Amino acid sequence: MTFLPRALVLALGLAVVVPAAAEYADVVLDRNSTKQGVRAVIFPHWFHRIRYRCKVCHSELGFKMRAGANVVQMNDIINGKFCGMCHNGQVAWSPDRCDLCHSAKKGVKPGIYGSSETTGPSKW
Amino acid sequence: MSDGSPHAPGSQPRWRGVVLRWVLPLLLALACAGTFAAAREWLKIAADDLHDPKSPAIGVLQEPAEALASLPHDYVGNQVRWVQALESGAINPRTNILPETKVNLRNTDVLLMHTANMPLVKFPHRQHTLWLDCSNCHDAIFEKKQGATKIGMFAVLSGEKCGLCHGAVAFPLTECKRCHSVERDSAEHKAFGTSLVRERGPS
Repeated sequence: MTFLPRALVLALGLAVVVPAAAEYADVVLDRNSTKQGVRAVIFPHWFHRIRYRCKVCHSELGFKMRAGANVVQMNDIINGKFCGMCHNGQVAWSPDRCDLCHSAKKGVKPGIYGSSETTGPSKW
Repeated sequence: MSDGSPHAPGSQPRWRGVVLRWVLPLLLALACAGTFAAAREWLKIAADDLHDPKSPAIGVLQEPAEALASLPHDYVGNQVRWVQALESGAINPRTNILPETKVNLRNTDVLLMHTANMPLVKFPHRQHTLWLDCSNCHDAIFEKKQGATKIGMFAVLSGEKCGLCHGAVAFPLTECKRCHSVERDSAEHKAFGTSLVRERGPS
């Protein structure tokens, strides 16, 4: 009876069609990281929006709405700007915990990662 | 009836074979896939094709499933109904961190009329201002003045206008009717009268 093996093969086939993908709205930031020899940064929107509304970072902290439009240097963060407003060792981990933000796989492209439904803006 | 016709009686078992060998297993496979899809699952960070599985962050960073599984269900995006999560009190993210920041809320609905054969778009300020500040959209992306901003699906699908967030961080563009929600000449349409803007109704 080949019925079940075939079902299994087809199911595996379907699983291959749906690729592993970043969580919806994860942003990869790599203006400087790769150049400087460290992993690129992954910013997870889902984690942050549970704790802060969009307006906190995109209005109070001055992050522009478009992924890639913001120039954020480690110096800014250490001086309490952008991520450094919270990532200061008091609200969230301090900037010396490099690896927690700089955690991307080698070679991933910068930008915002959408879901399998759209794979992000401009990529239908 | 000529010999060799596809409807010749001799070809019947062949069809049955195809159905048995491929169609039924495919249906079973789809049913299994559907079962997995119905139970919401999130990829582990180490398997998301973005994080370096060898990074020291793995095991320290929170996993999406841990944070998102208890929030109201959706079947797209993060698989979370984010506005509902706010409204139900499942989450209560901070509105500001600087004490002097004025937290702006607005309640009006705006009707967008140029939608070709699709139902009209009702833009609700209320849900948007729960998350966003006026300055996030006005006036750089949308002018405050009624009718002054040209919006089209081409721009939206290209990641401009509504598409700056919808398809990136807010529910994706596959969910047409969540925005195109007002049928022409329906009671809801007529409630706007001749205006494009209206204080939010009871719903």
